Formats: sequence, C-alpha cells, structure tokens
Amino acid sequence: MKFLRNTLDKLKPNFEKGGKLHFLHSTFDGMETFLFVPKHTTKHGSHIRDGIDLKRTMFTVVVAMLPCLLFGMWNVGYQHHLSIGETASLFDNLLYGLIKALPIVVVSYMVGLGIEFAFCQMKGHPINEGFLVSGMLIPLVLPPDIPLWMVAVATAFAVIVGKEVFGGTGMNILNPALTARVFLYFAYPGAMSGDTVWVSSKPESWVDGFSGATNLAEVYKASSTGVAEFKTSLLSASAWESFMGWIPGSLGETSVLMCLIGAVILVLSGIGSWKIIVSTFAGGFLMAWILNMVGGNAYYEMPAYYHLIIGGFAFGAVFMATDPVTASQTETGKWIYGLFIGILTVLIRVFNPAYPEGIMMAILLMNVFAPLIDNYVVQANIKRRLKRVRA
Amino acid sequence: MGKVIKIRKGKNIQLVGEAVEKNNGNHTSSTYAVKPTDFKGMVPKLEVKVGDEVKAGTPLFHSKADDSIKFTSPVSGEVVEVVRGDRRAIQEVKVLADSEISYLDFGSSDPSSMSREEIVTKLKSAGAWPSIRQRPFNILADGEEKPKAIFVSGFDTAPLSADLEFTLGNKLADVQSGFDVLKNLTDGKVHLSLPEGTSKFSSIAGVETHTVSGPHPAGVVGVQIHHIDPINKGDIVWTITLQHVAMIGKLFSTGQYRNELTIAVAGSEVESPSYHDVIAGVHIEGLLSNLKTDNVRTISGNVLTGSQIQKSGYLGYFDNLLTVIPEGDDYEFLGWLIPSYAKPTISSTFPIAKFFKKSFRANANMHGEERAFVVTGQYEKVLPMDIMPVQLLKSIMSGDFERMENLGIYEVVEEDLALCEFVCTSKIEVQQIIRDGLELMIEEG
Repeated sequence: MKFLRNTLDKLKPNFEKGGKLHFLHSTFDGMETFLFVPKHTTKHGSHIRDGIDLKRTMFTVVVAMLPCLLFGMWNVGYQHHLSIGETASLFDNLLYGLIKALPIVVVSYMVGLGIEFAFCQMKGHPINEGFLVSGMLIPLVLPPDIPLWMVAVATAFAVIVGKEVFGGTGMNILNPALTARVFLYFAYPGAMSGDTVWVSSKPESWVDGFSGATNLAEVYKASSTGVAEFKTSLLSASAWESFMGWIPGSLGETSVLMCLIGAVILVLSGIGSWKIIVSTFAGGFLMAWILNMVGGNAYYEMPAYYHLIIGGFAFGAVFMATDPVTASQTETGKWIYGLFIGILTVLIRVFNPAYPEGIMMAILLMNVFAPLIDNYVVQANIKRRLKRVRA
Repeated sequence: MGKVIKIRKGKNIQLVGEAVEKNNGNHTSSTYAVKPTDFKGMVPKLEVKVGDEVKAGTPLFHSKADDSIKFTSPVSGEVVEVVRGDRRAIQEVKVLADSEISYLDFGSSDPSSMSREEIVTKLKSAGAWPSIRQRPFNILADGEEKPKAIFVSGFDTAPLSADLEFTLGNKLADVQSGFDVLKNLTDGKVHLSLPEGTSKFSSIAGVETHTVSGPHPAGVVGVQIHHIDPINKGDIVWTITLQHVAMIGKLFSTGQYRNELTIAVAGSEVESPSYHDVIAGVHIEGLLSNLKTDNVRTISGNVLTGSQIQKSGYLGYFDNLLTVIPEGDDYEFLGWLIPSYAKPTISSTFPIAKFFKKSFRANANMHGEERAFVVTGQYEKVLPMDIMPVQLLKSIMSGDFERMENLGIYEVVEEDLALCEFVCTSKIEVQQIIRDGLELMIEEG
C-alpha cells in the first residue's frame, strides 16, 4: 500500500491548481479517494465523526442488488435455452446471461460516470457516489436484448436531464434509473414492450408453445377481452414461478425472492427505509384488495397478493422507491409516499391500457409529489409549535 | 419530583480513556488566560494593559455592548500578554499568576435580603455574570430581562465527560447557596435535571428537580428544556452549568469569586485519565506531561462540542474536561470498504463496531468527504426533540428567516445538534450551520 500511496503522492501535484493536468483534478480526486480515505481531519464542530460515508452507503446498495443481478443473469440464459427448446447447465445459463448483461452494465457505467465526471470537472465539484447505484439499477430494469446504443442514450438522458440539470446528486427530483427506463419506454416502445422482448432470443426460433409474454400482459389481455372471472390458467406463470423469478422479464427484476434478499440487506444495514418498503407493499395490497371487493373482470378479481409478485413491483418497492434523494425525506412522509406508490401502481396496472407495468409511473409520479408530502409534514410540525404558544 | 423524562433517541459514544474517580489535587500553572472567544457574539473592550497588576476579581475586559458585564481575572498577578487574531480581535488575555493568589473581596451577603438589581450588580462586578447564558441564541444574559425560567443540568452524558457527582459532590453547600441566589433572578422556576438513580443533588432545595433518563444528549440542557418547558417565540430562558452555580454560591457566602473547579483529563492518549483541581483558564501544558502518543488533538471540552486548543493553550471558560485523542491525519487504504480499525458509529453497515465493540479509540479523521444531503432519517435518530433537523438546516442555508423561526431556531444551540453532526454520512458541518443561523437571527433582530 505504501508504494501505491507514494505513487499517488508523486502524481498529485500534476492535478492540483497550476499543474498541467488540473483539468482532470476531479477524476484524480475520485480515484484517490476511492483507494484511500483522505487524511482530512475535523475543523469545526464535532471532533469525531461516524465511520460511515457516502461511498460505503452506496456500495451497500450495490451489494444488495447483486443477488438480483446474479439471478437475473442465470434467468436470461435459462429463458433463452428454454425458448429454443434446449436444456443447459447452470453454468451455461450463467455464462449466456453474463455475455448479455455485462455489456449493458459496462455501457451504463461508462456513459453515466463519464458524464458525471465531466460535469464535476466543469463545476469543480468532487465526484459524487450516487451513480454507482444508478449505473447498476439501469441494466437491471432493461430487457436483455436491448441494443447497447439505446442503453447509452437513455443513461445519458437520465444523468443529464434527470440529475445534472437539477444540480447533481442530492438535488434531483426524479429517480435517475427510472428516468432512463421511462425515456426508453416512450422513445423506443418497440424495444421496451410487447410479448417478444423479454426473452433473449428471436421469436422465430421459439419452440411451439413457448410464450414470452409476461403475467401483466396476459391478465390485462384477458380482462380487456371480457373474461369476468380470474383463473390461474390465465397467467403465463404461476404464483410460485413469479415469486422465484424464472419467467421472462427485465434483466434483474423478475425474482421477488432476490428482491427480498436485497430488502433484508438494505433494512438490516439501515440504508434503505423499511417504512417505504413496507408501506409500498401495504398500499399495493390494500388497493388490490379493494378491487377484489368491487370485482367485475379478471384483473379486478386477481387475488391481491398476485399484484405484489408479478411485474416489477417488488424490485421497484425495494430499490427504486427507497432512493433517499427522490423519496419523501420526512419520517411520516415516508409512510404516505410508499402507500401511494403501492396504490397508484395497482390503479395504473388495472385501469390504464397503455402501461402494463404500473410501478415505474407510480414511483416517478410520487417522486414529483414527495416534496409536497414533506411540506405537509413540516407544516404539521410548525403548527404544533405554534399551538404550544397558545396553550 | 415529576415523572421521569425518558429520552429514547440518541447515542452514548463510548471512548477509551474515561477518567477514573481519583483526584490528583491542586494543579497550578504559571499563566492563566481569559478567552473572549469563549463567548460567541461578544465584542470585548479591554480594561487593562500589559504590565498592569491585577487581583483575582479585577476586570480584564468588558462587553462592548454592556459595559457593566465584566470579565475578571481568575488569579492575581501581572497581565503579560494580549493575544490578537484576525482583524486584531482579542483572543486571549494572559495573566502571570502570583504564587499566593489574593482575591478581591466583594462582601458576603444573603441573597434573600437583597433586591434583584443588587444581586445582578454583584454578579456582574465579580465577573460571575458571563457564566449565565441566555436562550434563544446562547448569548450573554441581559440583566434587564426577567427569564421565564432558569435551567441547570445536573449531569453530563457527553463522551468522557466529568462526573459532576464526583467533582461537585463535596461542594453541596456552595451549590445550594448558588441556587438560593439564582431563584431571585426569575419569577419562574429554577429547574435542575438529574439522572436516573440516586444523586447527591436531589437534596437541593428551592428548585424544581426532574429526572431525565436515556442516552446522550439526555444530559444536554437544551434537550432538557425542550421536554420540561420549551422555548416559544418571545420567551427568554437562562442556563448555567452546575459548577458555576457552586462558584456563585461561594461568591455570596464568602465574598470571593473563586474560579476553582475540578476537571477531568481524559481520552485514549492520556496515560492515567483522572481528575485535577484547577483554576479556570489554566494553562494545559502541565496537565499533558504524560501522553501515550505525540500526534494528538487536545480539546477543551468534550469531543462533540469542545474547541480545539494547542498543547500550549488554555482551558475554556465553560469547560470542566480536557480531552486528548489521536489526530488521525492518516490515509486509510480502502477504509470505506475494509475498515482497518473500529470507529464509533450508529451505522449497521459496521456490525462489529456497532454491536460488539465496547469502547473506541476515536480520532479526529473525517472518515470521508463532504457531500450533499443524501441519506435521510439519520439525524432524527439522535435528536430527541420535536424539531426537523434537516429542514431547519436547509432553511438556514437558504437564509429563510420565517422558516427558521417556524422550525424552531429559538429552541436550539449548536450543542443540541452535535450528535447529528457526528452521525452525518455526508459530513455536513451541522454545528457551524446552526451557529450561522443563530447569528443571522441576531443580526435580523
């Protein structure tokens, strides 16, 4: 480590003010602080500081996503081989998935970090760790066969329009990863929706009887064609398969089990808000249960718990809704914020023919409303204080 | 005694090097100093010049805003230096102490037979007045104002703090007579908060005692005020430390204002952490003769709220604790990922440090770089007040007076939110921001 430290110390003057590589100082600083926690000591106020920093925080979130990524890679391979009627080993499935996923992850990180570094450089800011998480979230919510240039364009859009124009990490209103996904959804719907994009193989090569359709699409189709009663046979995958996640879908969001493992990591480490996760699931269940009571078509009557295990509900609730910057920032607000995400997700799924997946729109919508929720919570605190004067 | 006030949010930070209950007796230094910088917002005006002979109790300077508020010399001797800093602001007034200290006599008197004005005048002329601090804003008290109440914390929960039962337990009579003085200064109550369990101070008469239990900041007076009788707009309350109550008691019973106190010298780098009897403003070098390492940070006060002083510096006016911790100005290879030593933390991402490690050799390293607000909900875990810390800080940063007022700026001073600063993932300087906010409010009037 001494050698590494000495090398850095030798290089450092080049990047400082007046050095010939000063224009790359943020980049150097980012690398240096990645390798070594700086020797800065406290100047004002508290002399001792908690060991936690933003790097460790963001890294923990990335670790929480790893089960989804690993399972997702396997599932891409599994679905591929299934669709063409072959059986493959665990290793072959993983390898196929790796070949599909790795380029997407690399493109997402390279484009995102590149833009991020450039902005920090321009503004003279240190590099923020926020994109470490966004860069992993983006690949996980995209179909496996997405063209890489689309990944690049969407990532660039998300970082620039979703984040940097608001002032960078900590200032953005919308979740950057969802901004990337929603951009692709509206700009290139052909690559982001339908029954054929969720499996990594050409539909022409599918064996007879294989369906690449998702549960969300199937149940919606059934109810819009007038099927009044819900039957599990309407779905392309059973509840168990949906929970375990060996079904067609985006790269890393199919498995509810893996999302729950991620949730456990986030909650135990104290990094993700358990209040948001719990209230999102509660909101979704509640709304679905109300629709069960109303009844009338297959989607209304689908048992409430199905809503929580099909589509990207679990992934959104665990990894997207809990983004602290774009979520509600007050503790009471977090309950309300999550509850509405759950409710809106189910409403959008059931009532809106254009968007089979509701959670993406629901979270973005609640991102916009989160400051308003916070405002009400703050006003309540102010009113309590004023009431004290009168009492 | 009312019901127990239970503090649930907060954190006791356990550090290595707590002072053992052993008093090493008198410790004297050749010079002593009074530091105007200990009184935020006060502009001093000198009354002496270098070379003047002073007695203990002779004014060294007064507040420019109110020349009746005197800051007196803690010892007799010769004024040897006036240290000035930026823009010639006075930092320290140093006095070379006589070997035998002679005290000015302010006359012993019974507070119950004195008018409020007489008491105020006596406190001011003896130099005891600056020990009373006024909220909102934590400033010198205004003698013209009658506070709604006076608050005293009877215990300290900060890391490595001096045990007041040990340092003042043998001065109960002084403490009692000090409270007898204080109760004449307000029409309201004088509140004394005590820890759970038995306390030597529970026998103090003429005060409203409260029992406060829970982790730090349960012993911080601002938190106690919030739970006993919160400060609303227009309210004025005073606070004073228990050791100064004892000094005031002695002033009235003997006529001498003796700045004598028992301090703890503690911290992981101190060879044998224990207590010493000193006079306020003592030069600390002699107390630091036995250190384990060289590259240390010496702090007058505790690690959360104290001020950094040089090894050749002087103890602050309000402090009964000298803390010595490692400076920690070293690089740590991949420290954010694989910590090479345990740091105190509330984060469960360090399960061993959080749940198993008993006490820490904490240093002054930042353990990361400053970032924008990202993580939410962590300040709320350590602030046992119905105040929204992040929103308050943001209102200060944007200079929004109405919002600062609405969100409770009158109720807080820096030390109340010191733990928020400690836990902050984004390494935001919370206490400095609060200070800026208080100063903005003072300027605004």
